[in-house]
Amino acid sequence: MPVITFPVNSSPAEHLLDLYRTMARIRAFENAAEETSRGGVAVFGSTADAVALVRGPLHLSTGQEAVAAGVCAHLERGDYLTSTHRGHGHTLAKGADTAAMMCELFGRATGTNHGKGGSMHIADFSVGMLGANGVVAAGIPIAVGAAHSAKIRGSGAIVACFFGDGAINRGPFLEGLNWAKIFNLPVLFVCEDNRYSATTATDAMTGGAGAAARARGMDIPAETVDGNDVRAVDHAARDMVARIRAGGGPQFLHALTYRVKGHVSVDPATYREQGEVDRALESDPLQLAAARLDALGVDAARIAEVDAAARAEIETALAVARAAPWPQAAAAYTDVQDTGAGQWH
Amino acid sequence: MALISYAQAACQALAAAMRADPRVLALGEDVGRGGIFGQYKGLQQEFGAARIIDTPISEATIMGAAVGMALTGLRPVVEMRVADFALCAIDEIVNQAAKNRYMFGGQGRVPLVARLPIGIWSASAAQHSQSLEAWFAHIPGLVVVAPATPADNHALLAAAIACDDPVIYMEHKELWALQGEPPAPDPAVLGKARVVRAGADLTLVTWSKLVHTAVEAAGRAAQHGIAVEVIDLRTIWPWDRDLVLDSAARTGRLLVAHEAVQAGGFGAEIAATVAEELGIPVRRVGAPRIPVGYARTLEDVARISAERLLEELTTFVQRDAQRRPAA
Ligand SMILES: Cc1ncc(C[n+]2csc(CCOP(=O)(O)OP(=O)(O)O)c2C)c(N)n1
Ligand SMILES: [Mg+2]
Repeated sequence: MPVITFPVNSSPAEHLLDLYRTMARIRAFENAAEETSRGGVAVFGSTADAVALVRGPLHLSTGQEAVAAGVCAHLERGDYLTSTHRGHGHTLAKGADTAAMMCELFGRATGTNHGKGGSMHIADFSVGMLGANGVVAAGIPIAVGAAHSAKIRGSGAIVACFFGDGAINRGPFLEGLNWAKIFNLPVLFVCEDNRYSATTATDAMTGGAGAAARARGMDIPAETVDGNDVRAVDHAARDMVARIRAGGGPQFLHALTYRVKGHVSVDPATYREQGEVDRALESDPLQLAAARLDALGVDAARIAEVDAAARAEIETALAVARAAPWPQAAAAYTDVQDTGAGQWH
Repeated sequence: MALISYAQAACQALAAAMRADPRVLALGEDVGRGGIFGQYKGLQQEFGAARIIDTPISEATIMGAAVGMALTGLRPVVEMRVADFALCAIDEIVNQAAKNRYMFGGQGRVPLVARLPIGIWSASAAQHSQSLEAWFAHIPGLVVVAPATPADNHALLAAAIACDDPVIYMEHKELWALQGEPPAPDPAVLGKARVVRAGADLTLVTWSKLVHTAVEAAGRAAQHGIAVEVIDLRTIWPWDRDLVLDSAARTGRLLVAHEAVQAGGFGAEIAATVAEELGIPVRRVGAPRIPVGYARTLEDVARISAERLLEELTTFVQRDAQRRPAA
């Protein structure tokens, strides 16, 4: 299992290289998921190709890796995280095993959810990752509850709550932030703003000055950062997490990034200008970090090594997932409920 | 004859209703780009953004605002994407839309159509696969519709839009691409079922995507000498008691099949009514009481296949024939 905590005294270059490693691993994972899903996603109600390895709606976080990497660098294994339908990066950065994650995407019995959830519901409670969610904004109240629990139990754990720019227009956003504020809960809200909600440009659907302003309206300290600059995310998250651990209550990080892929992997996203995508690709978070590493004097060969190791790790994950067994049909009846178990009809 | 898809049929019905009546409009997420299933394709171009209204991801307010619009002279069509997300607007449906007319003594009406696609959508797992028609059929004040064919998705949607009551309109996520004969221009009559295939040995009542599975099973049953009468219920509430009771009285056996979980499903209501009224043997087929899993091996357990239906109806007819005194 990858180690994700960083020694406090590591040099800026080494720390950045660690962040880069997390991003490279997420990128390799997303590329592999996209590749193995070809033909597997149902478009407009048609049936997914039975031979594709990854099936169903696949929401990729390609190009958004810096948000997951920069925030999760400051979480301990015992901290919690809630995610969205676009949750592979968060899950990986929180410390989940990539082979078990890939098995889940392949729907295998050895997946993190034993094949029951797939990409959209990936979760790994063993590292505090409490679940990706198919319902927009549904993770927010759950994160708040986990933070409330940590506070009541005095466990010292904090919660990172990831959601998209589209989620801030749902009621649970308002209710969750308010709750976290009045109970002074240890939660870091992270709005991963990739500018789109499915086919809709979110800006046109959002009143006022946006996510951070809404948080400030409830006296929750909020900061907007360049979400493609992993150092910016890292610094902001470091300070916010420190304040949360010191009992300062909820904090709000608004990370500006861009959804370079379609909403789901098969969405050609014809509703936006290609020029917009091309411009966004110019600030690719991995390239930005690599350039910065170069400026800090890190040898290009070391970066290439990290890239190669990430690809090799994901190749292994793919091989493990390909060979992994399917869930038995009988498993469809397990983990439903204890009371009344066996009374399927 | 050019065929038409289930999604196109609905799109045409909505367009026709909007042309005929300026009070009709549609609101929901992504509708301006045609909706995620293409069921609003081209409509914003024709009717503009004030009548094909793109909304924030705010299900409770999409539904609640539609109630407000309906109370004050408009006829909104509400896009909920999938029935599972309408659960974020359940108060607005159950306590507001459904109760308003009665609770306020008949002062207001809520003529809205809420589109809540149901069914397993392959590999979409537990939160995108539910068939919740029984929930809504249980609520006084609501009409519940579930079209199975492109022609019906035109005729029933037209009828739903013309209806002065709130209608829960449940298309099936795996039928959008289904091609079928073009619709007749007239709207359907809500509450009227249809005999899809005639038969004398058993009445098989079903709806939505399972109609096609039932027709397949009935075709195979015929090869074994069992004549199955397949009824597409089309409207879940009000359901066509007359047609079902008439058929069941003739065949002497009733099987109800639905993709929804069998326990507490609407099949139980139909089976109980037929048993009460006719005293004939009844059976149900529905999904086991499990969430829908992602892996194919798990998802398959939740699906009702033609093989399963064939097995159920064959066993039913054979056992019952043994019990019956020889004619
Ligand atoms: C309550 C609810 N409404 C609608 C949807 C359908 N849906 C899935 S993702 C999505 C867009 C979400 O946008 P955002 O929150 O910005 O996340 P992103 O996809 O950009 O990561 C929508 C509308 C849903 N899953 N849940
Ligand atoms: Mg977004």
